[in-house]
Amino acid sequence: MSEPVSALGGAKTEALVTVEEMAPRGMIVLRGKLDDTAITGALEKVSGLAMPGQRGITVDGARRLAWMSPDEAMLILPRGDVSGAQADLTAALAGAHALVADLSDARASFRLSGEDAALREVLARLSPVDMHQTAFGPGMVRRTRLAQVAGAFWMPEVGVAELVTFRSVAQYAFDLLSVAARSPRVFA
Amino acid sequence: MSTRLTQGGARIDRTKPVSFRFNGQQLKGYEGDTLASALLANDRMMVGRSFKYHRPRGVVASGTEEPNALLGIGQGGRFEPNQRATMQEVFEGLESTSQNHWPSLEFDVGEINASLSRFLPAGFYYKTFLWPRSFWKHVYEPFIRQSAGLGKAPKDRDADTYEHFYHYCDVLVIGGGLAGLAAARAAASGGARVTVMEQEAHWCGRAADDGAEAQVADLVAELEGMENVTLRTRCMGAGVYDHGYVLGYERLTDHLSEKSGPRHRLWRVRAGQVITATGAIERPLSFAGNDLPGVMLASALRDYVVQFGVSVGDRTVVVTNNDDAYLTALALVGAGLTVPVIVDARQGGGGALAAEAEAKGIRVLKGHGIAKVKGRKRVTGVAICKQVGEGAVTEEIACDAVAMSGGWSPVVHLWSHCGGKLTWDDAQAMFRPDGTRPPTGEDGKGFVICAGAADGAFDRAEVAASGTKAGLAAAEAVGQAGSVSDLTAPEARGDNPIEPVWLMPASAKRKLRAKAWLDYQNDVKVTDVQLAAQEGFESVEHAKRYTTLGMATDQGKLSNINGLAILSGALDTPIPQVGTTRFRPPFTPISMGAIAGEARAETFQPLRRTPLHQWHVDNGADFEPVGQWRRPFCYIRPGEDRHSAVTREINQTRNSLGLLDASTLGKLIVKGPDAGRFMDMLYTNMMSTLQPGRCRYGLMCSENGFLMDDGVVARWDEETFLCHTTTGGADHIHAHMEEWLQTEWWDWKVWTVNATEQYAQIGVVGPKARTVLEKLGATNIANEDFPFMTFQDHKLAGIDARVYRISFSGELSYEIAVPAGQGLALWTALMEAGAEFGATPYGTEALHVLRAEKGFIMIGDETDGTVIPQDLGLNWAISKKKEDFIGKRAQSREDMAREDRWKLVGLETLDKSVLPDGAYVLADGTNANGQRTVQGRVTSSYYSPTLERGIAMGLVLRGPDRMGETIQLNKVDGSSVAARIVDPVFYDKENTKNV
Repeated sequence: MSEPVSALGGAKTEALVTVEEMAPRGMIVLRGKLDDTAITGALEKVSGLAMPGQRGITVDGARRLAWMSPDEAMLILPRGDVSGAQADLTAALAGAHALVADLSDARASFRLSGEDAALREVLARLSPVDMHQTAFGPGMVRRTRLAQVAGAFWMPEVGVAELVTFRSVAQYAFDLLSVAARSPRVFA
Repeated sequence: MSTRLTQGGARIDRTKPVSFRFNGQQLKGYEGDTLASALLANDRMMVGRSFKYHRPRGVVASGTEEPNALLGIGQGGRFEPNQRATMQEVFEGLESTSQNHWPSLEFDVGEINASLSRFLPAGFYYKTFLWPRSFWKHVYEPFIRQSAGLGKAPKDRDADTYEHFYHYCDVLVIGGGLAGLAAARAAASGGARVTVMEQEAHWCGRAADDGAEAQVADLVAELEGMENVTLRTRCMGAGVYDHGYVLGYERLTDHLSEKSGPRHRLWRVRAGQVITATGAIERPLSFAGNDLPGVMLASALRDYVVQFGVSVGDRTVVVTNNDDAYLTALALVGAGLTVPVIVDARQGGGGALAAEAEAKGIRVLKGHGIAKVKGRKRVTGVAICKQVGEGAVTEEIACDAVAMSGGWSPVVHLWSHCGGKLTWDDAQAMFRPDGTRPPTGEDGKGFVICAGAADGAFDRAEVAASGTKAGLAAAEAVGQAGSVSDLTAPEARGDNPIEPVWLMPASAKRKLRAKAWLDYQNDVKVTDVQLAAQEGFESVEHAKRYTTLGMATDQGKLSNINGLAILSGALDTPIPQVGTTRFRPPFTPISMGAIAGEARAETFQPLRRTPLHQWHVDNGADFEPVGQWRRPFCYIRPGEDRHSAVTREINQTRNSLGLLDASTLGKLIVKGPDAGRFMDMLYTNMMSTLQPGRCRYGLMCSENGFLMDDGVVARWDEETFLCHTTTGGADHIHAHMEEWLQTEWWDWKVWTVNATEQYAQIGVVGPKARTVLEKLGATNIANEDFPFMTFQDHKLAGIDARVYRISFSGELSYEIAVPAGQGLALWTALMEAGAEFGATPYGTEALHVLRAEKGFIMIGDETDGTVIPQDLGLNWAISKKKEDFIGKRAQSREDMAREDRWKLVGLETLDKSVLPDGAYVLADGTNANGQRTVQGRVTSSYYSPTLERGIAMGLVLRGPDRMGETIQLNKVDGSSVAARIVDPVFYDKENTKNV
């Protein structure tokens, strides 16, 4: 198997906030009722992460487990761990009603970094999300839109945001983020 | 003449002169000036011509309500017409031009309309230009277009950028005067997140009239020190919408010489509670000649003296029906200017301010009014009369300015946008918000509160108290109750009450009424509204449209109340019964750029790109849009045009090997114990019987029976199906699945995932397809081992691939799905392995021709939302065994089941030409509209390189029963062309190639 390539080959913009496309990661999506402990238990066992609550995400090193909707979760992990995790998850879910799919290639991932307040403004230019630090911060995920395309983001730590969009609109998303990152501060 | 005074001007900085241009002439102003104040300081009284009569017009206001001083600002890529000079701050190098005049502002040919005004009454256009009919297009409209209209549209691409900003707060305060700031202080006292928007560059609003500057400065300092408060100036609350959604319009660089960053920012706010502290607008008085340059609102004239140190005239006559205008007289006299008389329409005159004016020796004429203003291009004097009566002149007074005040109208726009109701306040002669009927949120409770003058409070103490009360109420409503001390305020002024004056003099003769303007911008006079009433336009909404009162870019900020009062008089109906027209957002016009935000240039719209996109770009792809995707239409080689490239691609695919980027096709995974049952409902075919490892072509219909999507279904395993959809169908078919699962069959155990973008999918098509796969490592793929309509997993060029043996061309064909990140690697490997066979990438046009040669339908060509599968001869794909599927019942309706529907056939022109796409099949006679009767239409039409002739498919009345018949189809040039009805399968009817 050849080395997987990301949509934009690691494009990067450095401005008030740095925007860079991340290298390919593993992303496994699970559709299943997240109020069923058989499902969340399997997710926790395979990921080694605690199942987050509504609009939450658990982050540990390179792994993330995100609540995406009442019946959808996303597990992010190193690329090389995908097939093993997918098999483990499928095994752990035996008998439960769930759909597990490898969507590692379906999305583009971006990393935004910079001063926390500036970072929040970049996202607030594009997404109808309350970016006030009392309303959004590490441990939370927002499944929303960026201007005209779907996207989701979270803050693995203060001053950093990770964001995913569909792969086909990676260039549009990168351009949007770059334009927003170059704009002068709103609250300064 | 108007000029700069040597002293005064709280807002200007005399140490910072700036130069700017008006109609090419260099003028001087100061930092802090508005364009209006700077023009007045340079004696530019006349700033434009009116819309209809081209009358000379000057600045009349000092704020957003300005109807006359609309200018073109900027140049080239930064030119924008219709900008209010009163809201434009001057800066070094500002360029401005006046509008609506020809050939020049001073001498205008259209002014002749004014002398014809007797013959251009309300409804004139409707009445006059109806006949003869051909004159409208060739005579009337060009004439009207030349003489009417305001600014010119910009010609250049906008040089600026714009952005949106999403903002959330508990309480949004619109208006940064005393009431708004008091409201913010109270609202924030319990910790609520509070945002204040002020449309001007400075705080205070009209509270400066009451000497509240110091108090306002303290409030601003206090609020700036609060973490939970956000303050924005130059940011207008533009509209209030459902669920606490508010648009704010922030102007970031309009006041700067050196522009960088976005010009405007559109704030898209969600607020728990909205406080509108938007103040009030002074009303003009309706007397003859009230539109002459030099006649101004009393508050505006006062602003120019006090705030900008500009005198509009040496001798100013003040005319009023309330006490506020006395402030103007006192300010003028305080600045050393002359006020020959204050004309007070009230018999009893004014209160404490009037006494002060009289003590200063200003003559006050009570019970009087202005019969008419004298002058042509500017005021030279006024004729005085009794307010009662018809306007017999009692004396004439020379003056060069008139300050008028007809009372105040609260700015209720934002309160009203989302349904807040108004009540008529007889004592103050104004509509004010009815606090008991606010706009309501999803909980049925009000989410907008008015404060200050916007709520009808005018005394400074009342204004402050009203703001505080509104702020506390809003804080409580969002669960963040707080408390604050009352703001200090001086004693009430001791005003005498206003007396409503809607016409001056009260019984003015027609000659005077015909010169008494209501709407300056649209040139509507008192007589126009009276004529509308007389002609039966009794509803205020009808009168508005008939006269165009309030329909200009100022949306009647000065004219609405006066206009409806005149209508009320003409109808002999009380004002509250006449009511107001609807207040609609935005409060004042906002730029198109702000609405578009970042959506321009590369971020105008998302372009969806496949994993192979860059390869296509690098290899001559000529793209076409397919939804938001860009797909290669064909790949043009040097020396080729589109036609020859498509021909080459088709021939090479039929004869050897073609490659297609099919990544855009929808790929939806459906899984669960009830998946088979669900699939049987989604598709017209029986899908539950499909064996794992096999594929089946399926049709999906809407609930109304119409064919909406098609594609090949593969059963991955017992519980899992993969549904291929059309490129455009992926998202909405997924939504369609989810809707049925979530709303109707919520208890079925089925999950879906849209995996469209996980895979790059490559079509390997043509006689050499199998050989190429074998070269890349596939084994045991002979026809018997890997038959048509099955799929297998193979390792191709070291990449894990799922290979579907399906065909949309009639050729031996495989569609290979690999993870998107491996797509380019596989494509490259296929091109290399296929090089010896002349592997040829082909685009969507070749794809279309290949499928049309085989008579395969295309969603969007053969279907248009009104076509059912039966129309397309697809009955074989409609299960008769199934009890139900989506659309089944609809397809048994009489109209769907009738025999004489237009049905799919092939069409061959007798002369081998290509039929025009969409051509109609002609029938005899004409229909009720005199149009040619038709009996079918072309749905797909191509040149077939394989058959070396034009081929087409079409829907024809009883088509399949008429094989061999020759019919006529129309052409764009009006002629027709003969074609024979044939089987839609043009090529390889025996399916000899797909083996």
